[in-house]
Amino acid sequence: MKVLVPVKRVVDANVKVRVKADNTNVDTTNLKMALNPFCEIAVEEAVRLKEAGIATEVVVVSVGPKAVQEQLRTAMALGADRAIHIETDEELVPLSIAKLLKAVQEKEQAQLVIFGKQSIDGDNNQTGQMLAALTDMPQATFASEVKIDGDMITVTREIDGGLQTLKMPLPAIVTVDLRLNEPRYASLPNIMKAKRKPLEIMAVADLGVSLRAHQTVLSVTPPVERKAGIMVSSVEELVDKLKNEAKVI
Amino acid sequence: MTILVLAEHDNVSLKTDTAKVVSAAAAIGGDIHVLVVGADCSAAVSAAQSLAGVSKVLVADAAQYGAQLAENVSKLVVEIAADYEHILAAATSIGKDTLPRVAALLDVAQISEVIEVVSSDTFVRPIYAGNALATVQSLDAKKVMTVRSSAFDVVASTGSAEVVNLSQTIDSKTEFVSQSLTESARPELGNAGIIVSGGRGMGSGENFAILEQLADKLGAAVGASRAAVDAGFVPNDLQVGQTGKIVAPNLYIAVGISGAIQHLAGMKDSKVIVAINKDPEAPIFQVADYGLVADLFEAVPALNNLV
Ligand SMILES: Cc1cc2nc3c(=O)[nH]c(=O)nc-3n(C[C@H](O)[C@H](O)[C@H](O)COP(=O)(O)OP(=O)(O)OC[C@H]3O[C@@H](n4cnc5c(N)ncnc54)[C@H](O)[C@@H]3O)c2cc1C
Repeated sequence: MKVLVPVKRVVDANVKVRVKADNTNVDTTNLKMALNPFCEIAVEEAVRLKEAGIATEVVVVSVGPKAVQEQLRTAMALGADRAIHIETDEELVPLSIAKLLKAVQEKEQAQLVIFGKQSIDGDNNQTGQMLAALTDMPQATFASEVKIDGDMITVTREIDGGLQTLKMPLPAIVTVDLRLNEPRYASLPNIMKAKRKPLEIMAVADLGVSLRAHQTVLSVTPPVERKAGIMVSSVEELVDKLKNEAKVI
Repeated sequence: MTILVLAEHDNVSLKTDTAKVVSAAAAIGGDIHVLVVGADCSAAVSAAQSLAGVSKVLVADAAQYGAQLAENVSKLVVEIAADYEHILAAATSIGKDTLPRVAALLDVAQISEVIEVVSSDTFVRPIYAGNALATVQSLDAKKVMTVRSSAFDVVASTGSAEVVNLSQTIDSKTEFVSQSLTESARPELGNAGIIVSGGRGMGSGENFAILEQLADKLGAAVGASRAAVDAGFVPNDLQVGQTGKIVAPNLYIAVGISGAIQHLAGMKDSKVIVAINKDPEAPIFQVADYGLVADLFEAVPALNNLV
């Protein structure tokens, strides 16, 4: 069984971004970049399926500028077998990414496509569900447990009220949540090995997909900063402030 | 211009999220219809009928829709989409699961987590864990979007919309197996006026008892940081943050929480924030209205005695 894992290059989770002075975008120059943490969990799950003898091949794919090859190498250092880079300098909406991934999936015919549930830059939480719609595949989003039995997959999902378990036939789409697994660190020998793993580069045009603009970003502004508050010296003072100043209890 | 709002419900009751999404719809302006998809969901339907500003409640009540699975619910929405220029749902686990499928089937983009309606085609949404706000103009003929409930008020329950039954039933390859929901007599995180949240500093699940006691005294909901959920202290549905629940209560009390970007993303729009942490350098103090540097195992029991 082949597993396809679409991944994204994002600003590292520990970096607090700032908005550009001209309010056109966030300023990402010289910021530390990383594999989106949810994508890392997705790669880890795929690699574990391979180690368990369930998956036979793990293919990672990323859409973006040349630099995304760095994250594709990271994913291969974590255990993915090969990578596909769809090169574009344009910033695409999730629907356009999903259309490109559909073309990849038609070629690859993966039995399982595992995504991160959201990327921590755009916070869209859309791409997996959109590929599922475009390919008419069943989906299980926000997975915290994945079990494969023959051509069926059972997924436990983190939902607003607790946990839900769904079962569906493969091929299917899973998007992963934080509790699915704890990704490993890439070892030095695996980082070296990843450099020799195959990485195929394609242009958007090679996939024969026509994309169009869906939205214009008019501005990107910083949120209103909270005013600094005060420090209280005792629990008594805190209760007094909450009762008599803030009047919230 | 007609707007469709996908109702958030559990077949028995309508969630307040829907009353908030309807107020986002009212800000767009136009006729508002609510779609209730479920099984034996008549109680949710009556509640939807009473939402002020809603003229029609469309009802798809069939066994196939009991679990509200994205696969068939999205197809149903697409079947009736021709009548609508805007399709809205709350940015809940159901809304986030379903609406991107609707958007993709309609070949339009989705705008996620809208917090402000600027005009009928322009919306504000947070990106980068709320560290930036993007104002986005949609170029698509249909606008499909999820709405962040915490950014909108509920509409009144003074309406009396007519009910229209939809007869189509659509099957799904996905099968519902089971569900385990956290039972609690406390208010839900999204509706609570006060939230008491615990982090890794709580040390264990048992220790959460002192926070629960505080919550019960204040009529509050209990929340948690990712670290507390990951450590198994509390269930996943209590996680507040960028990738958990986004809340904006009147009072948020953060106990033993450091204040990572991802946690702040979920609570920094609260009206009043209190932080109790033994580390005076903890970043949570930068957003707190009232900060107390103290050992939580002394401060929380003392608080319990005073409120
Ligand atoms: C992709 C991604 C998504 C994430 N999503 C979320 C999210 O949605 N929500 C979220 O919360 N986090 C999220 N995180 C995690 C986030 O980065 C932090 O790791 C997490 O919020 C830390 O939780 P914490 O503050 O409880 O733990 P810590 O950072 O370990 O802080 C514990 C605090 O408790 C204090 N403390 C300890 N003992 C005591 C005591 N006895 N008395 C008083 N204070 C004490 C310490 O001083 C410390 O400040 C995410 C991270 C990533 C990478």
